[in-house]
Amino acid sequence: MQKKSIVIGLCVMATALSVTSCRPVKAYQKSRINDAEMQLSARKAEKGEMNFQAYREGASGANGGKVGGGCGCN
Amino acid sequence: MRKICLTVVGLLLIMVHAFSQYTAPASGEYKSMNLKLEETNLVTTYYSQTGNHSPVTGGIGTQQLTDFANIIDLKFVKWDIFDHKHSLDFELGVDHHTAASSAYVSKTGASKTGGTRIYPSLSWTKENEAKRSSFGLGLAYSGEYNYHSLGMNMQFSKRSKDNNREFNFKTNIFLDKVTLIEPSEFQPTTSTTVNTVVITTASGGRVTTSGYSASGASSGIPTSPRNTFATSMSLSQVVNQRMQLAVIADGVAQTGYLGLPFHRVYFTDGSVHIEALPETRFKVPLGLRLNYFAGDKLIIRTYYRYYTDSWGIHAHTASIETPFKITPFISVSPFYRYYVQTAAKYFAPYMAHTAADTYYTSNYDYSAFASQTEGVNLRIAPPKGLLGTKHFSMIELRYAHYNQTTELNANNITMNLKFK
Repeated sequence: MQKKSIVIGLCVMATALSVTSCRPVKAYQKSRINDAEMQLSARKAEKGEMNFQAYREGASGANGGKVGGGCGCN
Repeated sequence: MRKICLTVVGLLLIMVHAFSQYTAPASGEYKSMNLKLEETNLVTTYYSQTGNHSPVTGGIGTQQLTDFANIIDLKFVKWDIFDHKHSLDFELGVDHHTAASSAYVSKTGASKTGGTRIYPSLSWTKENEAKRSSFGLGLAYSGEYNYHSLGMNMQFSKRSKDNNREFNFKTNIFLDKVTLIEPSEFQPTTSTTVNTVVITTASGGRVTTSGYSASGASSGIPTSPRNTFATSMSLSQVVNQRMQLAVIADGVAQTGYLGLPFHRVYFTDGSVHIEALPETRFKVPLGLRLNYFAGDKLIIRTYYRYYTDSWGIHAHTASIETPFKITPFISVSPFYRYYVQTAAKYFAPYMAHTAADTYYTSNYDYSAFASQTEGVNLRIAPPKGLLGTKHFSMIELRYAHYNQTTELNANNITMNLKFK
């Protein structure tokens, strides 16, 4: 339990640090951010993998994929 | 299977032909007031799996399974007189699977091993560029011989003034029906003739059918509801010119029949039972994505998820993918994913449950295990198009190998073709 709290805490801290140290980025400076490989969503080609993982594993969600409804999966 | 292959090839040829007739607007600024096809994606996936812990046979027995899935995704757009962008997405998926363990729904191994799932969906999104917000609604259906689902969703998003931050909210409702096909020994008598199986249903009724066919088997057999209510919130942020991240928090509540009626559980005394699971489940997955563009050719995509639910499963998922740009339009991306979970409170292996247990399952998806996925993704998206067709804008090929500490192994290969 303590180990879990540490992991979650570290993730929250890392996120908070990243967000608070953001630098304003203008539209013309976004050539790298707008690259197709930089998308924050999963690829369409990942859909099959996310489906079988939702079926074969107890956990699902927080990835834009299935959360348990709509199929006979977990 | 052959019909599905021919259908996919046919659709591909139709798309190439359709786009070859299309004339693009002279300027990228042009905003069509008429609905026009903006993008088409064809996704084909083949999945194959082996293992020896099938829940149909109580946690022992073959898990051999193959699945061939095809999805066509059409995106139409138009602008209205208020300069709002309307997007209409239509998706149709067809899966055909064969599962060796399905044969053992009937104790003699006479049940049908194949099945088809069809899942169309339609969504509409309205974007207001002036307010930097969008609103959308969607409908989805999924149907296979023993499972039917109706889904509805609503989503809202809002961007910051500088377009560096975006908040998304989405809510989903799935109203599902599980057909109560139980193992053959739970019926008083079983008579199997050529292609004819007598099924006794959960309520004690008897139905005679020609195998477990997609059309005939489930007719007349009672169903049980399974409802899912899910919300998802995400906040994405551009950190600097090379880095962006997203925090995702989901909340999921499920009620109804959450097991499957043909999953057997063997108790320590050798008696056989049907899997019994609670009628409610709450899930909380929390995710973090962080992408970083290192140098000019290497991108690092990372993902972490913590998951917990009311059945006692705690899981961690971490993945990394590193797209390397061979040219600006060709990239190769090796990837690795590690997953670990604790067992659900209701899981025990073959012949380990006792009559004192209220809930019980021998489905190894709920056992304690770790899994690894490794593979590679190839993406080719030349600006002048592929095969001399300007509108054939991208091809993506992806291979993944998956293995669990339960000795389940799987391979998955996917092809995504995009037309613009």
